[in-house]
Amino acid sequence: MKRFLLPLAVFLVLVVFLAIGLRLNPHEVPSPLIGKPAPAFRVPTLAEPGKTIGRDDLVGKVWLLNVWASWCVSCREEHPLLMDLSKRGLVPIYGLNYKDAREDAQRWLREMGDPYVASAYDREGRVGIDYGVYGVPETFVIDQAGVIRYKHIGPVTPAALESKILPLIRELDAKS
Amino acid sequence: MRNPRTFLLALLVAAHWAAAAPAWAQEAAPAAEDPVLEKRMMKIAEVLRCLVCQNQTIADSRADLALDLRQQVREQLKAGRSEQQIIDYMVARYGDFVLYNPPVKSTTWLLWFGPFALLGVGLGVLYIKLRNRGRRTDASLTEAERARAESLLAGDERRDEA
Repeated sequence: MKRFLLPLAVFLVLVVFLAIGLRLNPHEVPSPLIGKPAPAFRVPTLAEPGKTIGRDDLVGKVWLLNVWASWCVSCREEHPLLMDLSKRGLVPIYGLNYKDAREDAQRWLREMGDPYVASAYDREGRVGIDYGVYGVPETFVIDQAGVIRYKHIGPVTPAALESKILPLIRELDAKS
Repeated sequence: MRNPRTFLLALLVAAHWAAAAPAWAQEAAPAAEDPVLEKRMMKIAEVLRCLVCQNQTIADSRADLALDLRQQVREQLKAGRSEQQIIDYMVARYGDFVLYNPPVKSTTWLLWFGPFALLGVGLGVLYIKLRNRGRRTDASLTEAERARAESLLAGDERRDEA
């Protein structure tokens, strides 16, 4: 009996490691930008090509930057949640319309509702690269000083919103 | 084409060619522009991981993001930035994960040296086992054991369990 103990122990350790490995999501790559100043940008707004919007316009308040596109299926999934969040008025949501056609994006907002204070129009995806975006949707929490505090990859779920994002926003708001 | 399977295969091949052709056309254009730049770009792209299809480099991948990042590399090379500067630029945005060769630092020691540590442990265990086995053959028999062994060798005694 005793000689089976060691292989059994090794096997159990292996099972534990594999179980942890299976539960990790390899598509969630931690961002090196957390705790760093949000990259500056200045691009036209989605609504009016003649107007621009940039990071520096938003310094001084806590805000969400939600990367979205009309071609993005998961964005539809999180959209009702963003609509609801914007109605609650807890935090201003700014959109980063990523690699989209302007008409498509505008129609999307008309049809589904617009949760954004404004959307930046990133036709070429350059702002996206600066923010390390590698999939849509992604959501950043940015504080008063313009520092990225949190990044959510994939559609925002009610659980992620209630357990991570909103508590963080409350904490940041309390500081100001 | 009597065989429906052959027909299906032909159809698949045709569809594949139809779908692939525009992609080639799109990629061939910049290469023709400046083959030297393209070569330098691909050299950098080969050490960068595509975060969309994670087991491909951005040189291999056809994902939108990989195309964009290759364009970034191209532009930065044109602007005179060095290879290392471009790689640092990517790491600043996407983290170490973007590197196909993970850097050696405290968080990756296990990754780099773990296999060698395991090998060392294995060799150690093997060494101890072999040494113990050597000792066991030296072990001398007691008087009673020796007597029994002799009688067994002489064929006097039959195994009682059989």
